[in-house]
Amino acid sequence: MIDKLSLIAVYPEMILLVMACVVALFDLGVKSRTRTATYLLTMLTLAVVAALQASYASSGQTVYAFSGMVVSDVMGNWLKCFATLAVMVSLVYGRPYAADRDMLLGGELFVLSMFSLLGMFVMISGSNFLVIYMGVELLTLSSYALVALRRDHTLSIEAAMKYFVLGALASGFLLYGMSMIYGATGSLDLQEVAKAISTGQIKQQVLVFGLVFVVAGLAFKFGVVPFHMWIPDVYQGAPTAITLMIGGAPKLAAFAVMIRLLVEGMPGLAIDWQQMLMLLAIASLAVGNLAAIAQTNLKRMLAFSTISHMGFVLIGMMSGVVDGQAGGAGNAYSSSMFYVVSYVLTTLASFGVILLLARNGFESEEIADFAGLNQRSPLYAGIMALCLFSLAGIPPMVGFYAKLAVLQALVASGGAMHIGLAIFAVMMSLIGAFYYLRVVKVMYFDAPITASAVVAPFEVRAVLSLNGALLLLLGLLPGGLMLLCANAIKQMLAS
Amino acid sequence: MGLLSLAIWTPIAFGVVLLALGRDDQARAVRWVALIGAVVSLLVTLPLYTQFNVTTAAMQFVENTPWFERFNVNYHLGIDGISVWFILLTAFINLIVVIAGWEVITSRVNQYMGAFLILSGLMIGVFCALDGMLFYVFFEATLIPMYLIIGVWGGPNKIYAAFKFFLYTLLGSLLMLIALIYLYIVSGYSFDLLTWQKLPINSHAQTLLFFAFLAAFAVKVPMWPVHTWLPDVHVEAPTGGSAVLAAIMLKLGAYGFLRFSLPITPDASHEWAGLMVGLSLAAVIYVGLVTMVQTDMKKLVAYSSIAHMGFVTLGFFLFNDLGLAGGIVQMISHGFVSAAMFLGIGVLYDRMHSREIASYGGVINTMPKFAVFAMLFAMANCGLPGTAGFVGEWMVILGAVKVNFWVGTAAASALIFGAAYTLWMVKRVYLGPVANDHVKHLKDINAREFFFLTLLAIAVLYLGLYPKPFTDVMDVSVAELLKHVAQSKLN
Repeated sequence: MIDKLSLIAVYPEMILLVMACVVALFDLGVKSRTRTATYLLTMLTLAVVAALQASYASSGQTVYAFSGMVVSDVMGNWLKCFATLAVMVSLVYGRPYAADRDMLLGGELFVLSMFSLLGMFVMISGSNFLVIYMGVELLTLSSYALVALRRDHTLSIEAAMKYFVLGALASGFLLYGMSMIYGATGSLDLQEVAKAISTGQIKQQVLVFGLVFVVAGLAFKFGVVPFHMWIPDVYQGAPTAITLMIGGAPKLAAFAVMIRLLVEGMPGLAIDWQQMLMLLAIASLAVGNLAAIAQTNLKRMLAFSTISHMGFVLIGMMSGVVDGQAGGAGNAYSSSMFYVVSYVLTTLASFGVILLLARNGFESEEIADFAGLNQRSPLYAGIMALCLFSLAGIPPMVGFYAKLAVLQALVASGGAMHIGLAIFAVMMSLIGAFYYLRVVKVMYFDAPITASAVVAPFEVRAVLSLNGALLLLLGLLPGGLMLLCANAIKQMLAS
Repeated sequence: MGLLSLAIWTPIAFGVVLLALGRDDQARAVRWVALIGAVVSLLVTLPLYTQFNVTTAAMQFVENTPWFERFNVNYHLGIDGISVWFILLTAFINLIVVIAGWEVITSRVNQYMGAFLILSGLMIGVFCALDGMLFYVFFEATLIPMYLIIGVWGGPNKIYAAFKFFLYTLLGSLLMLIALIYLYIVSGYSFDLLTWQKLPINSHAQTLLFFAFLAAFAVKVPMWPVHTWLPDVHVEAPTGGSAVLAAIMLKLGAYGFLRFSLPITPDASHEWAGLMVGLSLAAVIYVGLVTMVQTDMKKLVAYSSIAHMGFVTLGFFLFNDLGLAGGIVQMISHGFVSAAMFLGIGVLYDRMHSREIASYGGVINTMPKFAVFAMLFAMANCGLPGTAGFVGEWMVILGAVKVNFWVGTAAASALIFGAAYTLWMVKRVYLGPVANDHVKHLKDINAREFFFLTLLAIAVLYLGLYPKPFTDVMDVSVAELLKHVAQSKLN
């Protein structure tokens, strides 16, 4: 018998699922080239879902539903709310682009976006290995299809193929690791697994063996070195609107899964997974930043920069438990959460500007295409500059506080080696500053190739301006979002 | 809103308005708004001096409200006798730069003026911040407008210069960021500067912190041997950018020594004072010699800036009142003099589009009014008694002799080099017969140029002839700082 509380906890998922099907059917009757009606219905659904999530999150309750299969807690609800907003913003930015490129001949863009969002929801609230795995699959399968949405564009198809093959491999890793841990602990439920590990009676070898595969699978999804090879190709190859879709909101879900699996499911193995994350973080910071220097394609450059930013997120994740004491855990994980949220916000705006400059038959994804943007449109050049300075971690942009939060968690967590790692991280972000500045240079110092003014629909202009302003505003007043993340993580750790 | 907040946010607000104000077809309106903004920004800083209480070393005009509580960061502002003059100096130089760029800048005027106004607000923020994180945010944020100023309105090799400026200074400050985070953790989660200054720290940690701060501030000052970015940047930056860079931005580094290195790590400062004095003397003597062989006027003034800033750091690490006060006076006087020198070169450059000394000769014949100003500033640059340049250098030399006769002697030799390179440049550029047709057709300065050069000349002479208002304000604070630095913080 399903109790009512369980149902309430998954109302947003249910709405999303039902509406995704409704939108798919409704779209059959839509004739317009830009699919305005479908778009509006999708946006309305997402707005309702986001509002519902926000209200759940602010109620501050933790509900385990369906005998512990899923959990609705503050962290999860906020992440779901942000993911929904990110998908909405992606759709606003991406629709004109998609319409120009025959991607709106059917309503798949909207339906698949909603399904991928549903996948994220399941990932975020899953409290059971199989539920999480199902969420991952739902997200990635929708994403493969989204990447291949421009089906007569060779690059996109190539990217979709790569994404699919590597993604399937990663899912295999994840599943294999999960089955190992299931074999060792006898449960798929994260709470039970955590309890079983904490008894100390389980054979460490099997557990760590399984853990390696779980971490490798997560690293694939996160896109950190050495499991990063798909990121640059997919970012570059996918239509920009889709790049935004897979580079934005899913990072929030990947973060949640990492928290669920590692922090909630295997806190007893923290020593082991923290070491793995540290190596992944070091490699990501180095490879991401160094490889980004060599890129001439802006999307590819941002892909490598993503890799380095995920390295920073991992730094927060590996700073929680010191000598078996989890005293700094709240500080560390909430720093990572703040980092992910601010990173997604910045990514949305930067890809938004790329999308805005793309016209029919012109992609505007080479760095050189941004030449003299300041003369063509000071506003958009300004927004892009805010994004780039934020990604480079220069105050007073929000990206700086994200780095500050993660670095202080790292320094707080330990001795000389962690300070050494902090110095390494800031040196890598110095290298990062170089390639971000190069884009600023192209926009501000170079002469424009074309004098044509930048035109954009009103909604895109409004949302993009708001998005850019938020980067600065959250930099001037970062307290609210920081507190939100801190409370969310505190609740998660307490339950 | 407190007076300090007003001083910080007035120029920034005007700057933002200017950025929003639109394009070059409204350049006239933009210039006037910028001028009004600069004047208002200067006026709101004046009460800081008139209402300043010189009898106390405590922080004044304090504002303290939580900024973000998650990391216990406060919007904590306050000034003492050390910082008050820099706020006025910043607002003053900002006004001069706006006037100096009036007709010269014709493309993207609103962004140019906006960048300078925002920059000046941020720099005032650095001088008022009493919270480590707030300081860092202002300190770093200044890079953005300066980077754009150099890159957009700079000379032929501007891109190289802009990148070198940004990355070089970012390198230093990122190390300082780690030091700030470390202090935050060992102080029990506080970013408060005044708390940090009372915090006992062991010798090993002090040494590491000292060098982390040194990385940030030495690059900014810049001290020898991390000075190489400065000449490149000065040569390429627009006149206004050079003036602000030399007059204020370099002082941010020197000011950092006073607020961080000396009071937070006094034992390490004493331990490494020999190194600091050595590096300062290298700047004074070696860079002084390098200055002599420069053929580019801007590069010459840039190198002479490094030599002058060597006096500042030398004074700080002598640990006596003459040296410390002398260093601060030298910072203020160098602020006026270097700005004047760069703006003077700008006046010539606007007419001839050349910075090479060899393209000039006998300018006094065609620009007599301008030559008088140029001479005066040159005299101040080589430290002639009666001008601003003299007071600080003389105090530092006296302070040095007190500590060690030979250090004093070595420092004093710089006066000779200073006179040599400055006077030699004056001779080659201004004196003698008219060198070529270009010089022959030079027009003397107009009313606008006359006006801002006069303002600077008054400042230079006033500080030189009657430095008492400057030193009176800082006396108590300097004594307090020395007392603080003399106490060991080892636990």
